[in-house]
Formats: sequence, structure tokens, C-alpha cells
Amino acid sequence: MSERPIQFYFRGAIHAIQGAAPTRTVLQYLREDLCQTGTKEGCAEGDCGACTVVIGELVGETGAEELRLRAVNACIQFLPALDGKALFTVEDLAAGEQLHPVQQALVDRHGSQCGFCTPGFAMSLFALYENQDHCPERDEIDHTLSGNLCRCTGYRPIVDAARDAYALPRRQLDRLPVIAALKTLADLPPLDYLGDGRQSHSPRTLAELAELRERLPNARLVAGGTDVGLWVTKQGRDLGELILTGAVAELKRIQIGPGRLEIGAGATLTDAFAALTAFEPQWAELARRFASTPVKNAGTLGGNVANGSPIGDSMPALIALGARIVLQRGAATREMALEDFYLDYQKTALAPGEFVRALVLDAPAAGLQRHFRSYKVAKRLDQDISAVACGLAVHVDDEGCIRRARLAFGGMAATPKRAAGAEAALLGRPWDAAAVRRAMDALGSDFAPFTDVRASSAYRLSVAANLLQRFWLETSGAADAPVRLAALTPIAPEDKA
Amino acid sequence: MSTSLIGRPLPHESARLHVSGKAHYVDDLPQAAGTLHAAPGLSTIARGRIRSIDLSAVRAYPGVRAVLTAADIPGDNNCGPILHDDPILADGEIRFHGQPLFVVAAETRDIARQAARLAKIDYDAEPPILDMDAAIPAESWVLPPFSMQRGAVDAAFADAPHRLSGSAVLGGQEHFYLEGQISYAQPGDDGTLHVLCSTQHPTEMQQMVAHCLGWRAHRVSVECRRMGGAFGGKESQSAQWACLAALLAVNTGKPVKLRLDRDDDMVATGKRHPYRYQWESAFDDSGRLLGLKLEFAADCGHSADLSGPVNDRTICHIDNAYYLDAVALKSLRCKTNRVSNTAFRGFGGPQGMFVIENVLDDIARHLGRDPLAIRRVNFYDVEPGARSLTPYGTTIEDNVAPALVAELERDCAYTARRAAIAKFNAGSPVLKRGIALTPVKFGISFNATHYNQAGALVHVYTDGSVLVSHGGTEMGQGLYTKVRQIVAHEFGLPFADVRLSSTDTRRVANTSATAASSGTDLNGKAAQAACTNIKARLAAFVVELTNGAVHAADVQFVDGRVRAGSAFDEAFADLVMRAYRARIQLWDAGFYKTPKIHFDPVTKLGRPFFYFAYGAACSEVAIDTLTGESRVLRVDILHDAGRSINPALDIGQIEGGFVQGMGWLTSEELWWRPDGKLMSHAPSTYKIPTASDLPDIFNVRLYDNANVEDSIHRSKAVGEPPFMLALSVYQALRDAVAAALPAGQPLQLDAPATPEAILRAISGGCS
Repeated sequence: MSERPIQFYFRGAIHAIQGAAPTRTVLQYLREDLCQTGTKEGCAEGDCGACTVVIGELVGETGAEELRLRAVNACIQFLPALDGKALFTVEDLAAGEQLHPVQQALVDRHGSQCGFCTPGFAMSLFALYENQDHCPERDEIDHTLSGNLCRCTGYRPIVDAARDAYALPRRQLDRLPVIAALKTLADLPPLDYLGDGRQSHSPRTLAELAELRERLPNARLVAGGTDVGLWVTKQGRDLGELILTGAVAELKRIQIGPGRLEIGAGATLTDAFAALTAFEPQWAELARRFASTPVKNAGTLGGNVANGSPIGDSMPALIALGARIVLQRGAATREMALEDFYLDYQKTALAPGEFVRALVLDAPAAGLQRHFRSYKVAKRLDQDISAVACGLAVHVDDEGCIRRARLAFGGMAATPKRAAGAEAALLGRPWDAAAVRRAMDALGSDFAPFTDVRASSAYRLSVAANLLQRFWLETSGAADAPVRLAALTPIAPEDKA
Repeated sequence: MSTSLIGRPLPHESARLHVSGKAHYVDDLPQAAGTLHAAPGLSTIARGRIRSIDLSAVRAYPGVRAVLTAADIPGDNNCGPILHDDPILADGEIRFHGQPLFVVAAETRDIARQAARLAKIDYDAEPPILDMDAAIPAESWVLPPFSMQRGAVDAAFADAPHRLSGSAVLGGQEHFYLEGQISYAQPGDDGTLHVLCSTQHPTEMQQMVAHCLGWRAHRVSVECRRMGGAFGGKESQSAQWACLAALLAVNTGKPVKLRLDRDDDMVATGKRHPYRYQWESAFDDSGRLLGLKLEFAADCGHSADLSGPVNDRTICHIDNAYYLDAVALKSLRCKTNRVSNTAFRGFGGPQGMFVIENVLDDIARHLGRDPLAIRRVNFYDVEPGARSLTPYGTTIEDNVAPALVAELERDCAYTARRAAIAKFNAGSPVLKRGIALTPVKFGISFNATHYNQAGALVHVYTDGSVLVSHGGTEMGQGLYTKVRQIVAHEFGLPFADVRLSSTDTRRVANTSATAASSGTDLNGKAAQAACTNIKARLAAFVVELTNGAVHAADVQFVDGRVRAGSAFDEAFADLVMRAYRARIQLWDAGFYKTPKIHFDPVTKLGRPFFYFAYGAACSEVAIDTLTGESRVLRVDILHDAGRSINPALDIGQIEGGFVQGMGWLTSEELWWRPDGKLMSHAPSTYKIPTASDLPDIFNVRLYDNANVEDSIHRSKAVGEPPFMLALSVYQALRDAVAAALPAGQPLQLDAPATPEAILRAISGGCS
């Protein structure tokens, strides 16, 4: 690695940054250093989307690279994360006086009132427009906008504008110059960056990462930065020396083998959830509700898991499916059940110099029928931290008898945790109302959850139990009426329901 | 053929700037050289005294240029808009967790924020009063309790066939304007200061800044081109930050910008008042109210701020669209060790209407009747009659609620859907649906009569282009667009020929807050008056030019031309140039004061409102009885914006207000730690609606209803009234909860109806 400026494609040329601290955010750089004020700061924590920008990145095999465009929150992206990428902001959309179709549709549909959130919406819609040739369904539009808050319009005109943009003459980004520039940048050596007296390293290979991690066990490892970013913007913490994992292609690899799925720790949540949902369709709902689109585009599954938060949403479902975590130190790797990785509140089994390499899932064992669901309960459908999240799996034999049960919960203890008592209450019993009742009763001794801003202890306990009930209703065929709100449509007066 | 711009659905005048990131908010303006950046230091206890404050590490932090405390304020240490009870910086006494204690100016914003963390403060903590339950027995008030009675209440109760009692809890609401509080103070020469401020009330900012500096008003000017949302949160509460930026600018002689971090903004600025209620109702077999005794308490926080007028507006909206024959009201204005609550869209009106809808819903459930039927029998008379007098002494003369509700009821198939929902619920043990149709009647004008005035300044330049200034501020509601339409219409000019300048206390003085939905009503009329003056001079000039062949009254301004029958026809720009050469004044000021209104702030009686805006919404929801989660499935709205000046903007206000109200009553929960620290202090923990919360079906229509009063082009104000349409969501949730409860069991659903509140209601509990 060599010391050099951060270099990225911006406004039609390769742009270099020197001197700025490696924890300076893309948003600060745009607004304060470049006076490009179209991108706004609404919260500085990746929750409102006023700062949404689009990042372009080369993906695919050498010689057949494609440009992938994804919306992220500029307010919690550190500058070194831009290295080798392309950055697009709201100022890039219009061609002179000619607005981009997503902008024109926002104007025509009255999609802005105060206008402060609007650049962020325009960028999220721009990413959608570039990635989808045809107008998607409402839910995909909602998902695209899940990280953009608007306090004025009530969203209807913005959702309408998303559709209307497709009715205007199609206009696409000229990708060739961007790809050419990114290829040039790919030839640069890996980034070792010193700015404002602070050092950051962006290794490109797993071996480089492992070597750095061992050599600098106290350096801060940063993956997507969707949590670590807030340590800087909200707590003013000095992170010290940084190792950024975002340039390590091997760490992003997702391998789908027969009966096995291995997700590299550096795979973005967007990519990881796509693979998980393909592997087990019951991931779809969590994939939809987890964080927001920009956060999923930046954050990684490995980061969510390694962070060890008691309210991380991916872990309960992973634990329920028996996921194993692969840790690496130097050239050596070790593997353990994910639930064993969590020792205590924000304490994991990671040893000094070690990092999370991958997560591995196996297909259900032959001979047993597996029922699996993942549920999330929060105050809001989109981008909310769970009051309770759970991954629930029971394996039933030919006799209808429960042979294995893995019931994992988030928000119920200091770590993501299995409900040992409730699992024991199910084992060896038929998957019936009496068994689920026993498990629900047992939950009360499995957990003593806390009361906080998201929910009270009492609510968490009753909901956790009720989710077991829902799980049973959904998987046993016992329900003769819908049990999920998502399944409902507005009632028609002639309904014979 | 006229090409009037009135009634046209034009886009927001800044829409193209918004979508391209070119619209400048205060933080986007080019910075003057030497600009310093400020950050406040906030208290970490809720109540007590500062024993000692050591700011040496703050001052010593590299890049820090000034650190100020209360002792450094040369003038009034107060940012209370009505009472002088709200320190800009704590004067030794700590009143809430997050109260500003000192302020830092530094070379960068990061430095200022980092330095502010280094303060060492020693407190003598005292037990705080953190909620109304503690404040009421302690008789802790920001303003004395107020009671009023109309009619023979005790007799009404004695004779009534039915009586019920009830109670309710209603949470507050964070404004969550996307652009946080910001002020940028720039010292001028000769001891002046110009403050660029995101505020709904430039004049009040000017006054507050002058007072804290000990200056007279003419040395301070305040300017606002646009805000990134406000919703009432930048009416009085932008003052603290304007004052701090001003104090630092004067202290350092440098331009100083203070932009609050989002978390600091949410902790240190006031919100919608939380309320709690207790009532007794008396009613007949038809569900008609015979008597109502209601006590309501508002959590005003540590100071009065606007709590007096907020609570007065509650008093004036307890009735909503219903005649209350015998009524006794008691209003408690609680002082607590929390941030001082303030104006927020509806300004106490929503809290008044919330409770009467609960009173009527309880009656309906007690009698086993459709709640809409109970609402209907309680409506005010359509023609002024025996049931037309409000508790505050106004006769309702413009009541369209019954007709509007009937139209919506028919259009949204309320009755048939209600029946289908009952059938669905009978066969659905886990999911329950609910439906409710509720009306809105909202009084338009500031309760305080003197605020109902406005000024405007219209310049016609010699090329025929027009520049307008007025006292109203643009926060996204479209005021500038509507005023442009009004002025362009007056002169018969295309929209593009008229521009709006920023709102600036140097151009229009003594302005009222852009609040109370009154922006267009007041400033539109003032701008129109200025145009009328200029047009009169031009008409007289035309009479002169034609040697009296035409009458001034016949001179028309249309299609970019000035015409008088067949005798005169000239392009506006040409006539204007000729008028200039003839030394005719081509600019003028306009002034407007709302007629007919009066209100006694002591008795709370009078005619505070020029007219009422009406609307109704029907919401259909579903709840999950396992988790308490809910969804809004369908909403139908019919709303009275009078004769709309811009239907697109008005529909935008209706939809946006509705969704904001939906958030207030569902997902938006403020939560304090037992020590008084607000924990829902960021969008990660405070959840306003997102696009996914938009109902599957959302039908919004305007109810064509020319204002009976002489408002600007017979339109009606539309900023606040639609907010309360969201009460239909809460009532529909009650309907769904009722379906999950055993028949006859009383229903207690706290608001906001979070999943936890709904699950608690289903299990028959209350908070």
C-alpha cells in the first residue's frame, strides 16, 4: 500500500482529496469544503435521507465490469469510502436547464413543499430509475424511499412522481466514461491515507486485511460505517487508526453451493438479503423491513453481526437457522455457532487481531420438515429499531413431532439470545396449540427484557409470546382467517368476509 | 377571455430549485469570510442549580474564539415571547434536561461541538416535576388555571337520561422540520446586525435579538427567504438560537452561524403539548349531548412560551363541529421540568377536538350506535338558530359540516363498508378492522386580535416586472406562490413577471408570525391592497391620457395589457414606462387587518375567528391483536378550502397535514427517561411516517365552497385544519380495538396509538 490521496470520479473527472481527516464525512466535504450545498443535512445519523447521494462502483468479472449505482447516506460515509468509486449528487441530475425525469416528475406532481428533503428523494428515485427499466410496483417504490423522510407532503405526490418519471422520455446516465474512469482508479495501489494527522488503511485483499488486522489489533475496523459513522457525528469520538474493509473484494463474496450459503462479512446488506431470500424465501419480510435502502446499500451483514447489538435485526433469524460465523486471524480461520459468538452486552468472542470473515448457513436436514419465520415488531413499518425481533424455527418429523427448535430473539436480553426454556417446552411434542402454549408460558422465564424508548418490558414479553402464537398459526395451518396485516387490502362494501 | 392565475394548480414557485438542490436555505448561503460557528452546551439534569461551571477546557480548546454564559448577555436574558420567563442561557437555575447553559463560537462547527463537551459543571440537583401527574397536585402552573361555564350544567346532568365519565391521555409531538434551527448573524457597520434566520416570525426575532443586546429595534434586521419546514416550531422557538448567534456575533465582531445538531434540536426545543383529560357527559337516548364537564391539563414545560394562546385555542375547539349546550371547562396549564412546549400546526385545536371525539365515541359505544350517527345529532345548526352558539360566544354562520359529511359518507360508501367490516371482524380472530368518519371545524384568525394584520410592499419596475415583499414567511406551504398568483392576477400579468423577495424586517415592519393558517389570508390581502393603490394611479393616468374619454373604473389589467373598452389598449410595460416619465409612483405598500373579529383574553369570549374551515375524513384501519401493530388501509377526505387559489397546493396541505396528524396519533412517541432526559431525540428513536405508511387508497377532494366572508378571492386557510382530519385514524383504531374487546367493555386507548398502546387497550388496561 502507498500513501496517496483519496481519488474518485466526480462531476466528470477524477477528483482527489488530501488533508481531510479520514473520518470527515462525504456530506461535510461536499457542503463545507466544496460548497456543493444541494445535498442537505437533516439528522447526521443516516435516518432522514436528506443527504442521499448515489455511489457508482464497478462490479463483475474483470473485462466485463458493470457500473452499479446505489443510494447511500452521505452524512455517515467517511471520505476514504469514496476511493475508487463514483459519486453523484443532486447537482448531477439535470442537463443544463433540462431536469432529469425524476426531477421533472417531482415538479409536475407537486412532490416538494419546503424542498429540504427533496434532493435526497430525487437521488433515491434516480438510483431506482437507473436500476429499473420499467416502473416498479408500489412496494418497491416504498422500499426505495424507506430511508427518506418528508414532513410536508405525506408522500403521495412523491410516490406518484416515482411512477410518472417512467412516463417521460427515458434518459440514462452515460456509463462509459464513468466505467473508464473507475477502471483507471482500479489500477491505483490500495489506499493508505493520512489526513489531518489520522491514518486509514483500505486493503484490497483478504491477505492484506488479515495482515493489517494482526499488526494493528487496536485499529478500528470499519465496514459500512452505518453505526460507526454516528460515533463520530453524534458522540465526537476519536476512532484512532482505521482499517476500512470496503475495498476487499473477497470479503464481499457470496457463495451459493448445494445446501450451503456462505456470505462474506463485507457483503452489503442489500446483497446479503438477496442471497438469504433466495436461499430461504421467509427472509423476504425482514429483508424488506431491515433498516432502509441506503443503509442496506452501505452496511454489511458482517458489520451487523460483529457489532453485537442486542437489537441487531439479522441475528435472531440467522441463529434460528443455525448460522455459523467464520472468524479469521492471520491465515487461520475458526468457526462457531453464531449464538456462541455473543458473550455479553456488546461483547463478542472476537480475539485481538481477529475479524469476521463470513457467515455460513446450511439447508435444513433431510427427513425433517422445517418451519421458519422471522418477525419484527416496531413502531413503524420502515427503518425502525425493533422492540422485538425474532427468528423461529421448528423441525418436525414424519410423526409430526418436534425434533429441533431454535427460537432466537432480539430486544429481549443484552445479546441476541435463544429461548432455551421455550425450545425445551416444544421438543418431542406435536406442533399443536398445547405445545405452543407451553412455549409461550416458558418465555417468561427465558427473558427479563428491559424498558426503554422502544417498548416496555411487559410489552416485549407479551409480544414475544404472541409471536410464537403467530408462528404456530402461520405454519400449522390452524388459522382460517388472515393473521398478517400485510395480507389485508381495503375492504370492499360487497365483501362476504 | 381572461387568463387569471387564481384557481390554477401551479407548481410551488421554488419547485425547480427544490428538485435540483439550488434552493438556498440559511446554511446554503455563501459564507462571509471569518465566519465562526456556534454550538450550545446543554444541562444534564432536569432541575436544580448550577453550583459551579468550569469552562476553562472549553475556552482552551484550539480554535475556540468565544464562550458565553448568562453573565455575558448585555440586555434581557429572555426569549419568552409573551412572559419574561424563558432564559436564553440558564441563569443559575436548571429547569429541564437539555437546557442551554453556555454557547461556544469556534472556527468550525466540529470544533465548537467538541469544545462544548469539555465543560465541567457541578449541579445541586433537585427532584424534578416531570409530568402532569406530579404537576397537578403540586399546583405547578406556568399560567393560572382557567374555568368557564355556559348554561345550567348541574341541572343538565341532573335531568339527563344517561351519564358517562371518561379520561384520556394524549402525547406530544416533535415538529421534525427537516431543516433544523439555524441563525446566521452578521455584524454590519454603525452598530447594526443582520440575522439570516429560519423563522416563521422575523419581527419577533428582531425584537428578541434587540432586547438581549440591549439595542433598539432599528439596529437589527432579520431575513428569511425560505425554511425547510417549520410547522409552528420556528414561531417563538427560533429566538433562542437567533439570540445566541447575535450575542456571539456582537461579542466577537465576526459573522456567527448557529446550526443545531438534530439531537440538540430535538432535546432543546419545544413540541406539541401533551394533554390529559377527565370528563363527564350527560346525553339523551339519541346520543345528543346535554351537558359536558371537562377538565384538561396541558404539559407546558418549564415556561409559558405560547402556552396561554395554545390552551385558549383548545378551549375554542373543544366543540369541534358540535353544539355543546351546557358546558363547564377547566384548563390546567402545568409547569414541568421539561422543554417548553410551543406552537405546532393546529395550536391546541387538535387537543381540543381529540377529546370531544372521544366523548362522542364513548356515548356511541354506550348506546350501541354508529359513532357517526352520534356525531350527526350533535352538529351545530346549519342556519344560525338555537344550536349555533359556541361556548366562547360566537354564533356559527357558515356551517357546512352536515352537508360536507353527508357527501363524504355517500362517496366513500361508509355504511356499506361499516357493515362489511363488522362481518369481517366476526370471522377474524387475529386481525380486526375499524372505520371512522370524523368532521373538522377549525377557526381561522389568531385568537389575539392584534396579530391579525399584515403589510406588503409592491414594486413595479419601469420594464413592467414586479417585485413583492410581504410579512409572511415561506415554509413550504406555498405562500409565496399564492401571493405571486394574487399579484400577477391584479396586474393581469403572467406568473413569471412577478417575483417575491425574501421576507425581511427592513422591507416590511411589525409583521405577525406566519401561523394560524393565516399567511395567505393576511399577506395576500395586503399585497392586493398595494396593487390596488398602484392600479388606481395607473387608471387615473389612463383617464388623463385619453383626456377623460374613459372612466377609471373601466380600466382593466388583463393579459399583460391595460385596456379600457375600445378607447385604450396598451402593453402594461409600455404604460408603466410612460407613467414613470410622468412621475407617477409605481410602488406602494398595502395593509390589511381582518374585520369583524374581537376576543376578550380574560373571559375567553368573543368572535375570535373571521370564519371557519371545514373538512371530514373517513379512515379504515386494521390492527393485529397479537402485536398491536396497525395499518391505515384507506382514507377518503373532503375538505373545504373555500374557493381555492391553488388547488394543487391546497391538496398538498391536506395530504401532508393528514399524514402528519396520523403520525402524531400512531407512531410518534416522545419518551423520557425517569431522570427527565428525552430519549426519543433523533429520527432513529422518534418515528414520523414514511412512504410505506401512505394508505393503499387515499382519495382527497376539495369541497367547493366560496367563503361567505370577504377573504382573499373567497378562499379559505388550509395550513392547519387538515391536520385534524387524522382524528379519523385514531377513532378508526378505537373502532378496531372495540371489535377485539368483549361487548360492553369500556375502551381506553392512549394516544399515540403505538403497537404497545393498542395491545394494552386490547388487554383492557390503561396507562
